[in-house]
Amino acid sequence: MTHTFPASPPAGGPLLSVRGVDVGYRTGRRTQLTAVHDATFDLYPGQSMALVGESGCGKTTLGLGLLRLLPRTGTVSAGNILFRRKSGDVVDLRNLAEQDLRRFRWNEAAMVFQGAMNAFNPVLRVEEHFLDTFRAHEHRARRRRELLEHSAELLSMVRLEPARVLPSYPHELSGGMRQRALIALALALRPQLLILDEPTTALDVLTQRSVVEQLTELRERLRFAMVFITHDLGLAAELADRVGTMYAGRLVETGTTRDVFHRPRHPYTSALIGSVPPVTGDLTVPEPLTGGPPGIGALPPGCSFAPRCPRGIDECTTTRPELRILRARDEGLSHAAACLRADGAELSTEEATRD
Amino acid sequence: MIDPAAPTETGGRPADPVPGAAGGGSGTVPPVLSLRGTSRVFSTPRGEVPAVSGVELDVRPGQVLCLVGESGCGKTTTARMAAGLAGPTGGKVLYRGADLRGLDKRARSGFRRSVQYIHQDPYASLNPVRTVQSTLTAGLHRHGSVKGGAQARRAAAALLERVDLVPAEDHLDKYPHQLSGGQRQRVAVARALAMEPEVVIADESTSMLDVSVRISLLNTLGALREDLGVGFLFITHDLAVAKYFAWDGEIAVMYLGRIVEQGPAPAIVNDPRHPYTRALVSAVCEPDPDLARTKERVRLRGADIPDPTDLPSGCDFHPRCPLYEQGRCDTERPPLVESGGRRSLACHVVNGAG
Repeated sequence: MTHTFPASPPAGGPLLSVRGVDVGYRTGRRTQLTAVHDATFDLYPGQSMALVGESGCGKTTLGLGLLRLLPRTGTVSAGNILFRRKSGDVVDLRNLAEQDLRRFRWNEAAMVFQGAMNAFNPVLRVEEHFLDTFRAHEHRARRRRELLEHSAELLSMVRLEPARVLPSYPHELSGGMRQRALIALALALRPQLLILDEPTTALDVLTQRSVVEQLTELRERLRFAMVFITHDLGLAAELADRVGTMYAGRLVETGTTRDVFHRPRHPYTSALIGSVPPVTGDLTVPEPLTGGPPGIGALPPGCSFAPRCPRGIDECTTTRPELRILRARDEGLSHAAACLRADGAELSTEEATRD
Repeated sequence: MIDPAAPTETGGRPADPVPGAAGGGSGTVPPVLSLRGTSRVFSTPRGEVPAVSGVELDVRPGQVLCLVGESGCGKTTTARMAAGLAGPTGGKVLYRGADLRGLDKRARSGFRRSVQYIHQDPYASLNPVRTVQSTLTAGLHRHGSVKGGAQARRAAAALLERVDLVPAEDHLDKYPHQLSGGQRQRVAVARALAMEPEVVIADESTSMLDVSVRISLLNTLGALREDLGVGFLFITHDLAVAKYFAWDGEIAVMYLGRIVEQGPAPAIVNDPRHPYTRALVSAVCEPDPDLARTKERVRLRGADIPDPTDLPSGCDFHPRCPLYEQGRCDTERPPLVESGGRRSLACHVVNGAG
């Protein structure tokens, strides 16, 4: 198939550099709750990063904050979000004026929201969503026929039949078809970065498999970078080059997917991995994490994970650990963990759950 | 953890993937609930939808039967018929051998107590204006099991302890909105337990919870089985959950309203034979990056489930099946036949080859 996407994004340096980003929600005239603290990471062109953690750990808030798509009460209250634009210029998305931001979104970075059911307007046919998107972003092709051809091309990339899907209303498509159509729509203006919030949650296992395969193929072909938010560690293992674990609003561990899954250095990551029973092989007995993450308004002093941690020492309740690099690698792939005890022997999943 | 030694069984967790005589489906204990040729057809403006067709199942005390399948395959309809919440349009549901439709008032009340249902969504299944205590004791009052407030409160506290919501006193006076999803689901479990059921029907009861919370709730449910001998009809689309919860029990795989494969859980998960079961097992995302990249995947010929008002001829699965043989699979429906090792399978190709 012929398509008009560039073979590779601009070379050199990270695509996205997130530095010390705090995201907060206004709760009263003078009060604010900080939901994400000090998020710092680099994402290189074409990389795929999973943000994992339990509900309420700030994954979605961070994802929305990166593109400044937060609800009205939310703001990025500190830090920088540096993005290398297609033109090669690096901008801080925090400083981008609303007008420029509108032009930036979708063209350079697009978001696939959680819940494919609700992301489409139920009274518009799928084709109208595509046309709207192209028109709102001043796509150079102006004629309806041309735009529809382009839409059809996008839908074929996710193995949907354009002739059937374009004239359909969203409710006429299955959940999996809707999710694939949304991904095609998000890629319509060939962004360099795609942020997906729980892209396969609520999908059946076979549908989930087809979305995973589609995303893998699209990435190989279009080479966009991806940040996806999931609580499904299986999906992270499958689709991510690297993983960031979030707990109580902070990144507590980052590293390549293999480093994080095979040699987790934060006890929370170990516990998360240990709580998923695999399907292949003999029965393993997962050890549950007890309790839940603290509320964002009531973080304990010291390490937020200390009250649930199987390896905690006294110091953990008073000193908050910084995210420290344990094994340096290029392209933002260093293995880092925020744990006072991360220097000790590497945690295996078994060890962490046995403790 | 779940200990498989249910009171009615002889041994521990079977090490052998095909446990011989000891295991979930042993016929020694009479079933509490049985489905016999049970079917349900829904009439819709677009035509008749056969949601469940000719299902045969037995649920015994202390044992687990797990129904697995995609959305829309009839799992929930089957569960609702088993619970007496929906009537079958064909076949019957038996409680201790007696047809539900023929039960007198007293027997029906017994059935209502001994078969309890836990819904999928703990956000919708608890009454928002009732406190936890009120939710837990409504059934006790209704069936006259408790007298007076103090006794009811003690009973409610004991139930919360049973489901590990401790200290119970901290939770009794809360409303659902003050609880997390996992806590709400524990209240729903406690409410089911209040009636001292013989069988609990759990419909995707863990699917809305975080991974970490999910395992601890499964462990709580497992303990009920072990300590109280409660039998489970457990419904899930997640094979990892099915494997974990039903390891010493049975798994039945449903597709478009029919059971296509059934057998002891380890056999179904480790050695799936029906092409649909094989696809389900191979599609799971494993929490291991190396395994994820090397795992063998079954590729289906079609990704989407057929229109339920216009089912394919012959085998329902043939339009998606990688083993499809023209002339047989598209003309004749394969019956569910026993294939040894207490397994049964509905597939022309696999049964023919074996």
